Amino acid sequence: MTDRRQFLKAGAASGLALALAGRLPSAWARIEESARPPALGEKDRVVLAAIVPVMLDGALPATPAEREAAIGATVDGVGIAVAGLPNHSREELGELFMLLDLPLTRRLLAGVSRPWPEASHEDIAGFLQSWRTHRIGLLRSGYQALHELIMAAWYALPASWSAIQYPGPPKVG
Amino acid sequence: MSIRDPIREGLARGWKVTDASALERNLAIETDVVIVGTGAGGGVTAEILSAAGLDVVLVEEGALKSSSDFRMREAVAYPELYQESGARKTLDKAITILQGRSVGGSTTVNWTSSFRTPPATLAFWQSHFGLDDLSENALAPWFESMEKRLGIAPWTVPPNENNALLARGAEKIGIPSNHIRRNVRGCWNLGYCGMGCPTNAKQSMLVTTIPAALERGARLLTRTRVERLVVKNGRVEGLEARTLDAAGVTARAQRIAVRARHYVLSAGAIGSPAVLLRSGAPDPHRVLGARTFLHPTVVSAAVMEAPVNGYSGAPQTVYSDHFLERAPIDGPVGYKLEAPPLHPLLFGMTLPGLGETHAALMREFANTQALIALLRDGFHPDSRGGTVGLRDDGSPVLAYPLTGAIWDGVRRALLSMAEIQFAAGAKRVFPAHELAGGYASWKEARDGIERLPLEPLLTRVVSAHVMGGCGMAGDAKRGVVDSHGRHWQIANLSVHDGSVFPTSIGANPQLSIYGLTARSASVLAESLDGRVAPIG
Repeated sequence: MTDRRQFLKAGAASGLALALAGRLPSAWARIEESARPPALGEKDRVVLAAIVPVMLDGALPATPAEREAAIGATVDGVGIAVAGLPNHSREELGELFMLLDLPLTRRLLAGVSRPWPEASHEDIAGFLQSWRTHRIGLLRSGYQALHELIMAAWYALPASWSAIQYPGPPKVG
Repeated sequence: MSIRDPIREGLARGWKVTDASALERNLAIETDVVIVGTGAGGGVTAEILSAAGLDVVLVEEGALKSSSDFRMREAVAYPELYQESGARKTLDKAITILQGRSVGGSTTVNWTSSFRTPPATLAFWQSHFGLDDLSENALAPWFESMEKRLGIAPWTVPPNENNALLARGAEKIGIPSNHIRRNVRGCWNLGYCGMGCPTNAKQSMLVTTIPAALERGARLLTRTRVERLVVKNGRVEGLEARTLDAAGVTARAQRIAVRARHYVLSAGAIGSPAVLLRSGAPDPHRVLGARTFLHPTVVSAAVMEAPVNGYSGAPQTVYSDHFLERAPIDGPVGYKLEAPPLHPLLFGMTLPGLGETHAALMREFANTQALIALLRDGFHPDSRGGTVGLRDDGSPVLAYPLTGAIWDGVRRALLSMAEIQFAAGAKRVFPAHELAGGYASWKEARDGIERLPLEPLLTRVVSAHVMGGCGMAGDAKRGVVDSHGRHWQIANLSVHDGSVFPTSIGANPQLSIYGLTARSASVLAESLDGRVAPIG
């Protein structure tokens, strides 16, 4: 509980965010139930699958099949990373994805009017660019979390290496 | 050619190592000394105490991984070998903290840079913290012995291009640079030190002091998280720990209790204060967890004409202290310049921006040179560091305010790095800042950087050096421990790690921890009636 409060207090958005949080009792209770916050859920994956191609625009392969596979592998990579994080980080990320997933906060905080799978590239890019340099530090930290998770997941994959001329680790032994 | 794995060989010989993630029942242990943490402080302490004939138990939160596991893959290394998968952050998320978490602690993953504590830092400790016995001359023999023990010597192989560019750029603008000594023996010059040394060349605690202690019968518990010390009437009466799951994240039901004559905290500058806070340790002067320092570090990337291949070759072999030496130590915040290793995951995370902007810069990865500036915090009156506190679940968190004095240093550091990079032939320079779009000339960079708004979560700030929080001082009012790491209020408790520094070091801290710990551990061994043997 405190972690959620700390996350929400951490920036100037606390008033707005806490007011919004007050409207979400069932979702909060869902997290309360288990001692270990859930890793990435199906709804979170839907949000990510929409954000990944925008965050990685210009980096993903061009052919549709390879592109889809790369997006899927990146979302999987984020899931694996989140599963290995300590509880407090998972709770905070859970809050972030909840805010992005729920229609009201998606519209109000992210400015994305349509559900994620239908949102346009421009809308999603607008959301990311807005949070990236937002005057509210909390939203900047939300953007940075997405940036870090997605960039780490993609550039961990050997599929990303040829485009950046990284030969991979040398052979030893 | 196959590489020997001294850890797996030792395990096969019967070293007493318990992976607590597989424990089926509670465990109660008695020993002379229990050491919490196996990094620079814990490793040196274990070697010295076991050599003195004392019975030692080492407790480590991370796993025991060794050269056979080190495959130079970022995706594997960061979750296995780093605190919070390499994504540990300060409370406001403005600073990312790289700290090790496996047997060997940060020494298993550091970049091998070895500096003695700078004389100016020691002089400040003497004048401001009453640490009169920590003079350059008094410490010299301790540094010398640890240098010998860990193979710390000049690195005579030519620097990789990433480091050579720092030397060339600095020379062009008339700034001195120098070579960094490294703790390696038979280094292959691969460049993957941060993912665990695959050839055992790096003389980390994992392959030196800890095997020595285990060979003498010391016991090691891994995947064990220390919850608290039981403190009564100015003494520690026991240590209570939880076993962790195989992933090292979640506590299991099985508990471990250790009773010892003496307790040593070597859990690092976030972990050690946290254990004391969870234990309700006496803190009459409100100094515990305070004055925690980071060497806040900023990054500048430059695209060069020719390949740099910053992933290849020993990292951080050239440095410049020019901007540490220009002003008094408590004047405008100075910074050390170094050239880090570049690997896709960490570099991709660190580069600001997204989409095509980010992708375009990543396509220049092979031609990218990077510099880092490590700011010397804790000396300027407006740089008092951060504070370690506890979340409701008992896990530690560092609140670190980035003050005006730090931002002033950040701006000068971004300027210095851009100037050096253009002097070295950069086509474009990109300070790691969300609003710095890249500059095509030194003049453009100078104008642009002067105008950048320096704020948390716009300017990328990282740290690999957490120091302080259990500071040393010549009296109980100003510190948690004395100059030998002995707790001022708790008789049978010492702190041996970077948390004892009363300021930052102003240099990569591993050798400072080795030297001070060797001194503290030798005194401790004598006080416990051990036979002190020379190190090295």
